[in-house]
Amino acid sequence: MPAFAYLDHNATSPMRPAVLDAMIEALRAGGNPSSVHRTGRTARARLDAARRQVAALVGALPSEVIFTSGGTEGNNIATACTARNRLLVSAVEHESVLKAAPRAEIIPVDRNGVVDLAALERMLAGSEPALVSVMLANNETGVIQPVDEVVRLARTADALVHCDAVQAVGKVPVDVHGLGVDYLSLSAHKLGGPSGVGALVVRAGAPFASDRKGGGQELSRRAGTENVAGIVGFGAAAELSHGGLGTASLRDRVEVELRSFAPGARIHGDAVPRLPNTTCISMPGVKAETQVMALDLAGVCVSAGAACSSGKVTRSAVLSAMGVEPAESETAIRISCGWNTASEDIDCLIAAWKGLYIRVAHSDLSRARAA
Amino acid sequence: MNAFSQIRRNDQPIYLDYQATTPMDPRVLEAMMPYFTYKFGNPHSRSHSYGWEAEEGVEKARGQLAKLIGADEKEVIFTSGATESNNLAIRGVAEFYKDRKNHIVTTVTEHKCVLDTCRHLEQNGFEVTYLPVQKNGLVDLHVLREAITDKTVVVSIMAVNNEIGVIQPLAEIGKICREKKVFFHTDAAQAAGKIPLDVEAMKIDLLSISGHKIYGPKGIGALYVRRKPRVRLVPLIVGGGQERGFRSGTLPTPLCVGLGEAAEICMKEMDGEAKRLKKLQDRMLKGLHAKLPEIYVNGDLEQRIPGNLNISFAHVEGESLMMGIKGLSVSSGSACTSASLEPSYVLRALGVEEEMAHTSLRIGLGRFTTEQEVDTAVADLVHQVTKLREMSPLWEMSQEGIDIKSIEWAAH
Repeated sequence: MPAFAYLDHNATSPMRPAVLDAMIEALRAGGNPSSVHRTGRTARARLDAARRQVAALVGALPSEVIFTSGGTEGNNIATACTARNRLLVSAVEHESVLKAAPRAEIIPVDRNGVVDLAALERMLAGSEPALVSVMLANNETGVIQPVDEVVRLARTADALVHCDAVQAVGKVPVDVHGLGVDYLSLSAHKLGGPSGVGALVVRAGAPFASDRKGGGQELSRRAGTENVAGIVGFGAAAELSHGGLGTASLRDRVEVELRSFAPGARIHGDAVPRLPNTTCISMPGVKAETQVMALDLAGVCVSAGAACSSGKVTRSAVLSAMGVEPAESETAIRISCGWNTASEDIDCLIAAWKGLYIRVAHSDLSRARAA
Repeated sequence: MNAFSQIRRNDQPIYLDYQATTPMDPRVLEAMMPYFTYKFGNPHSRSHSYGWEAEEGVEKARGQLAKLIGADEKEVIFTSGATESNNLAIRGVAEFYKDRKNHIVTTVTEHKCVLDTCRHLEQNGFEVTYLPVQKNGLVDLHVLREAITDKTVVVSIMAVNNEIGVIQPLAEIGKICREKKVFFHTDAAQAAGKIPLDVEAMKIDLLSISGHKIYGPKGIGALYVRRKPRVRLVPLIVGGGQERGFRSGTLPTPLCVGLGEAAEICMKEMDGEAKRLKKLQDRMLKGLHAKLPEIYVNGDLEQRIPGNLNISFAHVEGESLMMGIKGLSVSSGSACTSASLEPSYVLRALGVEEEMAHTSLRIGLGRFTTEQEVDTAVADLVHQVTKLREMSPLWEMSQEGIDIKSIEWAAH
């Protein structure tokens, strides 16, 4: 029987068992939280409890949490809810920010993928007050942005700040008021909760206008019957994610071992703070697709970039923004650990990867000899 | 053993609010379970088997949904629910074609999310015609035909009303729209899985579906978008380009699978279930009429889904009645607006007097409703209404033949 190692938690994380238990209870109980009768009120109580749990994970007030259908929706709402015409977004944002703000000005990043604060400062000096959107941690490289610095600069220019924290929350401690951002997007399925649920935290007092119309759910900020069971699952996952992920040593082992047999391997963003679960590695001479396929055959699930765009094989925009040459970014794969990653998973990855590297190096060698 | 026993415990009230939400069918949960647990992959991950397995689940569900409405699976996109589907359909079409057309036709009895979307478009330069409905809740086809102009881009008329359960003449509306070359959107949140729907025969171009109204999960819905002739939309949510660019965001695999399974069960059991519910509806109405004079069913009783009754109990204070029947989970109108004490705008649109609208209850029957529950509900209602009427001076006067409307109340 082949071994299985799931190392693609940044795409989605399997649900935690306790999350499923909580959800099943909510699914069985049913009820529409807007109904006045007892069944409805029970559903409402569950919704409120989950709101407190999610708020607590990021240090927000429960009333600052708006539940959404996921990170993409949260990012879309955030870029549109301020009525500000001038948007400044970093070059490494997720597509759900970049595509929602097609006319935004792009804040460049340095070779480590960190936003160029000096450039941001110059951009902020421009005419009208802007909305700045900078993610907390990158989905492909795990690089953590100096969001508190971004906020400090933004405040001097009356700018508002949105932070896509989808990949960071649950992996590292996040405090929305400590960061000082006005809007923070979260997703449940990245932290062991269900897919189809997320939240947008809107700081009390921050401007907010939504154009999604309907019943007055979520204090009239997001219409539609609430996904009660999903939200309950999100709450339970939030409760279990307070400490963040203790996967740094597993991730570090991947990097050390890979470098030991493939000295030319390059780890993107390793000079700056990163999430404790993510590594984005270029293995010289082996195309990312080849690696991903070979690893999949060996039962190891990794990815060649973000899952949403992985249907089409295009060069990573994140690595391009970091100035990585095409030849090198074509060989980059992403490995991301999660709450249930064990040392055996890493063994599995290393064995398969080593086998691939030796095969490729060997065939290169024999080709060289033949020539 | 009835599947319901797995859902309702004995200490819970009898659930008669199936238009607000439905309990999930245990078979749906069962289908979802593998996708909650070991088949957890991101359906958009193309690089490994977890992703493919999840994608397979999503695509099967898409096919199940398509079959329910006679569509091609490529025409179905998943959303977070019917509110999003309705927002996307109406706004998406309006904004795509706004250079040529700027007029929308809908009715005054639509769900709030359709009406609010239309209001929003009005603020942005569109013109909206809100068609009245007849006394029975149905749209007058002549009035509809007259309302469509060469500037009309879309007609949005719900398939089944959420408060009074009446079924609009979809095929006739579709025919008129096709003749006039305007798109036809229908909010089928309350209709899908309950009455036969066929997007071809009914000439529907856009159709909204909700998961939790058909014994599936909350947080998932779908929008049918016709491909031939093609309907184009401006997306509301952009990003990774999932769902053919119409709706970005990671698809929630278990929810999609649940919606698909729910659709398939509804389709298989539709005929038998409709007959069973019709019997329960008749039984409830007969039981109430036998003991209570002056009760009135709002909305057409024939062109109506069997799982709905909306009844006004004359001379009873609505709030007191709701308080009195604590063992029954029913509502006075739509759940979204049920916290407000305003009389239902749907009933007002039928011409129901404000006092009568205040005394009305929406009773929703569904898959897990039993004959025994109907009998208990009838007994409860008869008991409470009779008690409240005995205390009501208005009831006394009306029994004495005094026309209450003719009374001139003394000013205080």
